[in-house]
Amino acid sequence: MKLKVIAFIAVLLCAIVISCQSEAEQDFKRYYTGGAVIYKEKCQNCHGANGEGLSALIPPLTDTAYLKKNKARLACFIKYGIKETIITINGKAYEGSMPANVDLTSIEIAKLLTYMGNSFGNKMGTIAFEEADADLAKCK
Amino acid sequence: MRKLAALLLVTLAFAACKFNDAAKPKLPIMGNRDAVTKVVDGKQVTDTIYHTIPDFKFVNQYGDTITQNSLKGDIYVADFFFTTCPSICPIMHRNMLKVYNEFKNLPDFKIISHTIDPKHDSAAVMKKYADKLGISGNSWWLLQGDKEATYNISQDYLVKRPGPDAKEIFMHDGYFVLVDKQKRIRGMYDGTEEKEVSAMIEDIKTLRTEVDTEIAQ
Repeated sequence: MKLKVIAFIAVLLCAIVISCQSEAEQDFKRYYTGGAVIYKEKCQNCHGANGEGLSALIPPLTDTAYLKKNKARLACFIKYGIKETIITINGKAYEGSMPANVDLTSIEIAKLLTYMGNSFGNKMGTIAFEEADADLAKCK
Repeated sequence: MRKLAALLLVTLAFAACKFNDAAKPKLPIMGNRDAVTKVVDGKQVTDTIYHTIPDFKFVNQYGDTITQNSLKGDIYVADFFFTTCPSICPIMHRNMLKVYNEFKNLPDFKIISHTIDPKHDSAAVMKKYADKLGISGNSWWLLQGDKEATYNISQDYLVKRPGPDAKEIFMHDGYFVLVDKQKRIRGMYDGTEEKEVSAMIEDIKTLRTEVDTEIAQ
């Protein structure tokens, strides 16, 4: 009898863990696929279908170390653009500006970051709405 | 009798196949055309006058003056862009780079890109853009010149004339226009579509096999 209860609880626990995981996974998939659509519309012309950029004109989105280091600033880059400056990506210097996308909402930016952050060799996991929204509040 | 007919049919089918095989693909000649009748050696001959690109005068990224004479005997591709364009230009020139890399060593092929924002895109700005894009030499010229002249010639290339605020609203045609050695338009391709640009690369190869019967004066 005791054994049965323990077994039942164990099964229940497993079920909870699995369903939680799949919910997080589902969230990720929702963000990722939504982000892919926005990427195609807003980013792909310049940054390329594979995030490869364009020669020395437009930086690629493949510098995992840069993205990780500047994770909290990425939402601001997307929404408000980058003013005439030089940034170093994959050891190469890129100068110029990136246009702003002020019409993008926090949830759209979160989706976009989740897509970018988990494509082109990047593995940043889900970047949730709350995180993007908090980052956007701190834009300079 | 029936057998004979069948045999005939088969033969005919074969002949048709062979004929199709032998027929070389030929590119169309685009634009309006006129017919002129003139007298040659006492006989009346009717000639077709095709739409051609008129002469022009612009400056390339090296500061050299470029006229139609600079393209004499060349097949070329023309497009319209500006260096600060955030919309369709990057993808156009990502695709054009493929064309450049395919043909850059040919002596009779060129690419010319007209800026629709000559006020900002000076020869120096264009040179910087060319360097960053990774192009050198003389097979791809970035042309700058009078705004009115640039907008006018866009219509000779059968693309939409950029509006007065083309730069502000970032709207202009993303066409690649293929021009033959006689200055006739032989193809128009959407420069933002990878597939169309691949088709253009094939068409350029086809065009190069055309016999130069009447190279422009």
